[in-house]
Amino acid sequence: MFLPLSGLFLKSASMTWPQFLQAVADPRVVASYRLSFGASFIGAGINAVFGFIVAWVLVRYSFPGKRLVDALVDLPFALPTAVSGIALTAIYSENGWIGRFLTGLGVKAAFSPFGVVIALTFIGLPFVVRTLQPALHDLEVEIEEAAASLGATRWQTFRRVIFPAILPTLLTGFALAFARALGEYGSVVFISGNIPMRTEIAPLLIIMKLEQYDYAGATAIAVVMLAASFVLLLIINLLQWWSGRYRTAAMT
Amino acid sequence: MSEPTEPRTTEPQRRLTRATTEPLWVRCVLIVVAMVFLGLFLFVPLAAVFAQALAKGVQAYLDSFRDAEALAAIRLTLITAAIAVPLNLIFGLSAAWAIAKFNFYGKNILITLIDLPFAISPVISGLIYVLMFGMRGWFGPWLAEHDIKIIFAVPGIVLATIFVTLPFVARELIPLMQAQGTEEEEAARVLGAGGWEMFRRVTLRNIKWGLLYGIILCNARAMGEFGAVSVVSGHVRGETNTMTLHVEILYNEYNFVAAFAVASLLSILALVTLAAKSFVEWKFRHELTADRAPSI
Repeated sequence: MFLPLSGLFLKSASMTWPQFLQAVADPRVVASYRLSFGASFIGAGINAVFGFIVAWVLVRYSFPGKRLVDALVDLPFALPTAVSGIALTAIYSENGWIGRFLTGLGVKAAFSPFGVVIALTFIGLPFVVRTLQPALHDLEVEIEEAAASLGATRWQTFRRVIFPAILPTLLTGFALAFARALGEYGSVVFISGNIPMRTEIAPLLIIMKLEQYDYAGATAIAVVMLAASFVLLLIINLLQWWSGRYRTAAMT
Repeated sequence: MSEPTEPRTTEPQRRLTRATTEPLWVRCVLIVVAMVFLGLFLFVPLAAVFAQALAKGVQAYLDSFRDAEALAAIRLTLITAAIAVPLNLIFGLSAAWAIAKFNFYGKNILITLIDLPFAISPVISGLIYVLMFGMRGWFGPWLAEHDIKIIFAVPGIVLATIFVTLPFVARELIPLMQAQGTEEEEAARVLGAGGWEMFRRVTLRNIKWGLLYGIILCNARAMGEFGAVSVVSGHVRGETNTMTLHVEILYNEYNFVAAFAVASLLSILALVTLAAKSFVEWKFRHELTADRAPSI
């Protein structure tokens, strides 16, 4: 496993710096980076908000069908990405079940950057929910009782007590969803329509370069993506350390 | 997942319970928001797969599976999983065993390396193999000389699948075996058990549910992998097409019923995976590790 990875870097090292920069600074490549990072960020943001609500509802409330819903949250993990891709395209395209209404509102979902955001939101959802669930579960009710008995309203308790305690975990979930979305390929290529400069994601460009036997160009794009993944991995580890410290501090 | 119960006994206790939850209308609004969000992003796409597959009736749906190329794709997917899953089972067991039961130099690096396939894009995983075994890759000329084809052939697909599914069994077992420690094995040794007997009667018994859990996830990913396989396959119809790649080809040919028919099989696999996973979690949660935070 280590051998292939070092091979990747060596291959790119056999390029000269100007060649590398030229491959990476190509306007089409830059546009794909912008879309990949931007759409992943927005998708992870949507998941942070709604994933929080989903996790909260699943941990704190009881309602019929809860166990089924809880199991289905993992669907984006279990469903092959190509299947999610064509399914999302089918419902969000112009005459799809949901796309029909969006078209009526003048919103183009499939084959636009918005479609990319939809796919990346789908793919990142379980990361936020599954990261938050154990943390919400471990929150001690006694602290909330203490806040309430000291006269705090429920909203104040949430804002001042629950939210700060859960924030590192929420950020971890956000970063995990973001990292996953960044590398995602299968679910995006169908719904995006792959319009040059507009809806091409970076992993797609890697595949296109490979199909043209431009190994160096493909590697250059991949190296930038890899570097981003490693930085994210570092951030995620720091966040986990932070939230872990929070939890041990809460226990002592 | 245990439901928070609301004990309704004495008056002060009831007031306390009310203080740590939200008013009824807030709860209802939050549940509705969560369900609408999940509906738009999870349930509707899932339903769409089956609706599209059956759009032209049951007969057209069933006819999709009579196609020789579809059958070849299904066979290749099964073969790939049949090779990748057992190999990763062996690797996962030995890696987890080494990490949990022994101390050695570079242990943390090994743990990080095992997680690596999760951290990088599947497309990049595939690219790595093209760079190594492709025509202009490291071993490319040597392989061409000996007439061995890996990239754009079945071995490449199997290799890429093994790489992508590498972490599943190991990362399930490592925390489990670490938590269990080595005491029971030591006891078995003292009582006169041999190495294999100790492994079979003590270690394997202790980890069997975690192992099953890892295999379920590993298998689902092995059969459903798309990005990495797409890079190394070369898309030769009837030869190097897995089910997911076949879905892509059919879809791009506007053969929607057939595309969604194959997709529906994969969706059923996903649902069975989720059901099996929930069952293992629910039945044996005390034997699995508690915190199951996902990783990329």
